[in-house]
Amino acid sequence: MIFGILVNEGPYQHQASDSAYLFAKAAIDEGHTIFRVFFYHDGVNNGTRLATPPQDDRHIPNRWSELANEHNIDLVLCVAAAQRRGMVDPDEMKRNKKDADNIADKFRISGLGQLIEAGVQAERLITFGD
Amino acid sequence: MEEELESGVVKKFLYINRRAPHGTVYAHEALEVVLIGAAFEQDVSLAFIDDGVFQLKKDQDTSEINTKNFSKIFAALEMYDVEKLYVERESLESRGLKEDDLSVDVKVIDSSEMKKLITDSEVIFNF
Repeated sequence: MIFGILVNEGPYQHQASDSAYLFAKAAIDEGHTIFRVFFYHDGVNNGTRLATPPQDDRHIPNRWSELANEHNIDLVLCVAAAQRRGMVDPDEMKRNKKDADNIADKFRISGLGQLIEAGVQAERLITFGD
Repeated sequence: MEEELESGVVKKFLYINRRAPHGTVYAHEALEVVLIGAAFEQDVSLAFIDDGVFQLKKDQDTSEINTKNFSKIFAALEMYDVEKLYVERESLESRGLKEDDLSVDVKVIDSSEMKKLITDSEVIFNF
């Protein structure tokens, strides 16, 4: 089956991102396809490469990056939500004249149309959040 | 940046709004999804349940809390061909609201009809 995943909460504060990750991993292990993981609301904070959790804790952004590298998964942060919350990729850095970017490997920033497209293209869109 | 889908697939989209309009950003950002999604020519319905019914309350004034009064956007949804708005009767009544208290035309349905609407939908966003 082709799944789309929507993550609506930030890392560490809320279990949504953990559950979404474990779901994606289990689905792939069972031979399913993840069309896209879309991060919205505070969920965009899952895409920061500047997170430094304690060593005995899981590294949530890196874990997503590694999963995407292994299985070629599309990780998309909503641009409007990202701009509000200071998530910046090199293009956004230039466009908004910021002095840095902070996006983690394999994440990209794009529009909400990518979420709608996931709803249309995936056989199931699963939301992780409250 | 946004590209319309050329697949021609039309699915039944349902946006469930169940939180108060202010206090958290969910309701405001949900409306942003609805507006962008309108360009994709899908079969769109909006449902308002629980505190989500407050999103449609008339005469909102957010000037004292320094947040955007996005409630005015609901009146513009018609221009985006988003015309199916459903409000759960039980949620309205338990909050002391009547249909007249709402800022836009809606269809008030009871919870069993709401359940059917949800069951019949294909892509559900729950904000």
